Amino acid sequence: MAFAQQSSPHAHHARPTSRVMLWVIIAALPGLFAQTVFFGWGNLINVVWCVALAMACEAAILKLRNKPIGFFLKDNTAAVTGLLLGLSLPQFAPWWVSGIAVVSAIVVAKQLYGGLGSNPFNPAMVGYALVLISFPVAMTTNWAEPALLWKGAPGFSETLSTIASAKQTAVDGWTMATPLDEYKHKIANRTAAEVLQHPTFGNGIARGWEWVNAGFLAGGLLLVLLRIITWHIPVGFLAGLAAMSLAFGSNADQYAPLSMHLLAGGTMLGAFFIATDPVSAATSHQGKLIYGAGIGVLIYLIRTWGSYPDAVAFSVLLMNFAVPFIDHYTPPRTYGHHKARRGVPSRKQG
Amino acid sequence: MTTKTSSEIIRDGLWNNNPALVQVLGLCPLLAVTSTVVNAIGLGLATLMVLMGSNLAVSLIRNFVGESVRLPAFVMIIASFVTCAELLMQAFTYELYQILGIFIPLIVTNCAILGRADAFASKTTPGPALLDGAMMGLGFLAVLVVLGGMRELIGQGTLFVDMNLLLGPMAADWVIRPFESYPDVLFMVLPPGAFVGLGLLIALKNGIDNHLEKRRKATEPAPAASGSKRVRVTGNVS
Repeated sequence: MAFAQQSSPHAHHARPTSRVMLWVIIAALPGLFAQTVFFGWGNLINVVWCVALAMACEAAILKLRNKPIGFFLKDNTAAVTGLLLGLSLPQFAPWWVSGIAVVSAIVVAKQLYGGLGSNPFNPAMVGYALVLISFPVAMTTNWAEPALLWKGAPGFSETLSTIASAKQTAVDGWTMATPLDEYKHKIANRTAAEVLQHPTFGNGIARGWEWVNAGFLAGGLLLVLLRIITWHIPVGFLAGLAAMSLAFGSNADQYAPLSMHLLAGGTMLGAFFIATDPVSAATSHQGKLIYGAGIGVLIYLIRTWGSYPDAVAFSVLLMNFAVPFIDHYTPPRTYGHHKARRGVPSRKQG
Repeated sequence: MTTKTSSEIIRDGLWNNNPALVQVLGLCPLLAVTSTVVNAIGLGLATLMVLMGSNLAVSLIRNFVGESVRLPAFVMIIASFVTCAELLMQAFTYELYQILGIFIPLIVTNCAILGRADAFASKTTPGPALLDGAMMGLGFLAVLVVLGGMRELIGQGTLFVDMNLLLGPMAADWVIRPFESYPDVLFMVLPPGAFVGLGLLIALKNGIDNHLEKRRKATEPAPAASGSKRVRVTGNVS
């Protein structure tokens, strides 16, 4: 939505939501490109399907709610939700799994709570968590092996027919567990050097995944440079994750090393594109740092001692719960006023 | 206290003041056991029986129990009926009793039952009290069954599975499987699915009420036009 009149802080020019969201989409392209190069057509097909379905759901609910359809569709937020789901779902996830994720994201998590700006939880991650809990088989076994490892990589039509089928799992030879999952399960009775022999780890991190994460990092830095997001959430996020990994996981024979935590999962996508959702994140700069750090710490906890392969969705949702609390304790000082009152007023102040 | 007519009691229990959809009481069993229709019917029937018994008993002793000790007395009456229900289920539907587990004894803590005893049965004669217990119990049972059917259908892709646990061997092949090779949707089987399902049911009920209200207003003759009155300069003209 564009606001014609700005109160403080005085922006130099109004940046409409549609423009912001368009930049988010553009910034995600390097990561999507890397995914397509290394993991095949799956992500691209998922993105197209999720974006189309997200727009259709948004339009249908807006019509039911008697809202102007064109006005809200043009703000591109539904497209971004679909895009994020398409980027984060497994490459060979069947169409109905991604479909259920998109419908619950747009219809339940966004529109039933009142539409753009009123949703307490990140819609894309609500959809992701719902299908992850509902269909653990489809969501953990359908990750594509990096294309470099394949003898015969499935082409576009093969990928499309796999996604379009009703079956829960794709052809066994095309898929594998994610590197983080692989490492966590193998390290229990092996040394780090033995586990890293597996070709999925490439030169010691994770083949393909490192480039995907680099792509999202580049796109994320572009967003920071354009001042579409501030640096606080990604920095807090990565610092929290790194601090936990250095404190508890320095022994590579027991836990996945820091490099793998940063570059082998959904870390960069989460830090720059998902956690920074302006609606469901904390508001003030200090709050954003706390919010991001909380997500980073939770990701390490769930990845290392939980039973799910990755943890971005759950961590973001858990910190979404904490946002009102964080905001309550971190209002910034307003220019020209006394120090802001934080938290519940104590009795002494009366 | 105004006395309610029988039809008001029936309408309140089943719809207008439904324990699950309007009072939103007794959520613990409602959310925990409604994963299949048979569980829902089992718990619903037990609750119905307890509610009728406790309402009748509370109404009978209402003049002999002092205000200050009424709640302990009510709870003891309810607990006795729950024990009866538990023993009956052990005797006749042992497998279902084992599935429902702790939620049968927990009927004692169902606020809907204590609420009816205190708010209605202790202030009225046995006849209306028994009718109120029956209608509130049926309203609760109906919501349990609808929610159970919804969660069973979406969660496991079946309807009326294991009905033989409650109704004997003749109900063993009542199970309906509308879809072939249905992937289980664990979300609906787990408690969060029950919350979402109950929320949707409450929204549906409110939607129906709004719709009926609108239709009633549309068919009602419009109130006399107020345009021809004298001009008022204070107060509101409604």
